Amino acid sequence: MAALPPYTTLGQRIWHYTFRTIVGLVLFFLIAPILVIIPLSFNAENFFTYTPGMLALDSEAYSLKHYRDFFNNSDWQQAMRNSLMIAPAATLISVGLGTLAAIGLSQSHVPFRRAIMAILISPMIVPLIISAAGMYFFYSRVGLQGTYLGVVLGHAALGIPFVIITVTATLVGFDRSLTRAAANMGANPVTTFFRVQMPLILPGVISGGLFAFITSFDEVVVVLFVGSAGQKTLPWQMFIGLREQISPTILAVATILVALSIMLLTTVELLRRRSERLRGISPG
Amino acid sequence: MADTNREDAFVVFDRVQKSYDGETLVVKDLNLSMPRGEFLTMLGPSGSGKTTCLMMLAGFETATHGEILLGGRPINNIPPHKRGIGMVFQNYALFPHMTVAENLSFPLEVRGIGKSEREEKIKGALERVQMGDFGGRRPAQLSGGQQQRVALARALVFEPELVLMDEPLGALDKQLRETLQFEITHLAHELGITTVYVTHDQTEALTMSDRVAVFDDGMIQQLASPDKLYEEPQNSFVAQFIGENNTLEGVVTEIRGDLCEIRLDNGEIIDAKPVNVSKVGERTRMSIRPERVEMNKERLQEGAHTLKAEVLEFIYMGDIFRTRLRVAGNDDFIIKTRNAPDQLRLKPGEKIEIGWLPSDCRALDA
Repeated sequence: MAALPPYTTLGQRIWHYTFRTIVGLVLFFLIAPILVIIPLSFNAENFFTYTPGMLALDSEAYSLKHYRDFFNNSDWQQAMRNSLMIAPAATLISVGLGTLAAIGLSQSHVPFRRAIMAILISPMIVPLIISAAGMYFFYSRVGLQGTYLGVVLGHAALGIPFVIITVTATLVGFDRSLTRAAANMGANPVTTFFRVQMPLILPGVISGGLFAFITSFDEVVVVLFVGSAGQKTLPWQMFIGLREQISPTILAVATILVALSIMLLTTVELLRRRSERLRGISPG
Repeated sequence: MADTNREDAFVVFDRVQKSYDGETLVVKDLNLSMPRGEFLTMLGPSGSGKTTCLMMLAGFETATHGEILLGGRPINNIPPHKRGIGMVFQNYALFPHMTVAENLSFPLEVRGIGKSEREEKIKGALERVQMGDFGGRRPAQLSGGQQQRVALARALVFEPELVLMDEPLGALDKQLRETLQFEITHLAHELGITTVYVTHDQTEALTMSDRVAVFDDGMIQQLASPDKLYEEPQNSFVAQFIGENNTLEGVVTEIRGDLCEIRLDNGEIIDAKPVNVSKVGERTRMSIRPERVEMNKERLQEGAHTLKAEVLEFIYMGDIFRTRLRVAGNDDFIIKTRNAPDQLRLKPGEKIEIGWLPSDCRALDA
């Protein structure tokens, strides 16, 4: 803790410590619900509560049975497979379309840029239940309701805004004379895009893709509307589990998901930093 | 301004106009032709249309009217990447994610040149700009001057016949700028490249170019060699923009062939060379260079008119003395004299008489 400068008044001193307390409380409020779940998932009983044995740190009170259940139960395995199919597919579509949209919308000659941007971002702002209901009616008309493609497209629509926002932010710092220089040296627009523009906006594309992936991986409302039992994802299975059987397996899954998310974020962030350093964009 | 034959001209602007909004013309009726191997500078204040002209030549802007020809071929409908023109940008525009060698390799790769030939050309181009040891570095690890050298090498490595430079030295400090000016002109002449150079720095234009096109208000005000431009400006704008210039205003009282007499606003009479004046009674603005003002009456022609002047300030600049005078109500009349042992060092308050050879004082548009 940094020493306070000697001229601080009593009031400033009090505020200094109050401020730190508030910050600590906010952090606790955000993290506590997640942390509480982790030990509970190792519960030897089929309850959602801490047993006296757990609190006494009795090793008999802990077990991996819920994890075993997750890996052996075909319902959970099916959900896992679905999630691992749907999320990457939705991410690919979001990244492809979102990146193109961001590049297009950053050109000054495109008319109605703000309006188009607002429309593309709207799935982030409109309440999810409304988007989902809309998708349900629309997708049933065109025969996409209850199909993998439908769920993937629904999730892609939710992921696109994240990609647009992160890529647009990277493009703000993009020097247009680089594409001009490339054109001057004889590179056609496609070559210029893949050799010059894409490598430079890659960090933005990756973060956007990450958000899109997490969105799809965590999403339950759209999948409930647009999907059917065949496309049930992990969040769907957890949601039903909560309603119907209240099994601590849900907690085991939640813990696995939290661990996965942290690993994913860390890996991608490390990769992104490394590539930025290599590219000499940020001072190493 | 058909100063070069259109047949052997390499770059031709033919009645080119450019408007961004459909109303105001940024470039009004530009006619220009350049022979092969020429180093031409487009010089002018910002907003004069010079950069727009360069961008039209590169293909990043399209001409609203008129035609641009390159090697006899109209290029209005050719996209930038098929024009084969090299370009050096003010901010260097090096690709930050590639090494110096990869930057130079880029134009060769897109042309499908084989690896061994590429490496040879890259090596040659880097050595030409004294950057031979820097192939493995990234642009962020280089200084501004080094980056601009690399940018220059990259513009030359694919051996374009025409190279465009958009204020390439604008971001560098004075000393480096002077070294690079010298290097660029040498390279251009050595390789026989046709160069169009855009700058707002008149010293740069004078020292580097074969010819300079002075732009203002979307038009070429004068297109001439540096010495012509400096010594024989065709109008007040050029006289004022190129080099240091003294102006005096008055009315033409007599024209006799190559000589005219002008009555200044305070009644004094002086001789000048009529350039932009045609009749007696016309108002004129005279232009005289500070180093052509004469204080020694013996060096003037017999019967030449002189003006009274009061010394306001004497500035010692080392190689020259710069003296500010009040002449005919103008407090900003500058004379420059060489620092020689017998040279007079004037003191503020001194009253002197000045004059000039009529051929050195040009009566221009008011």
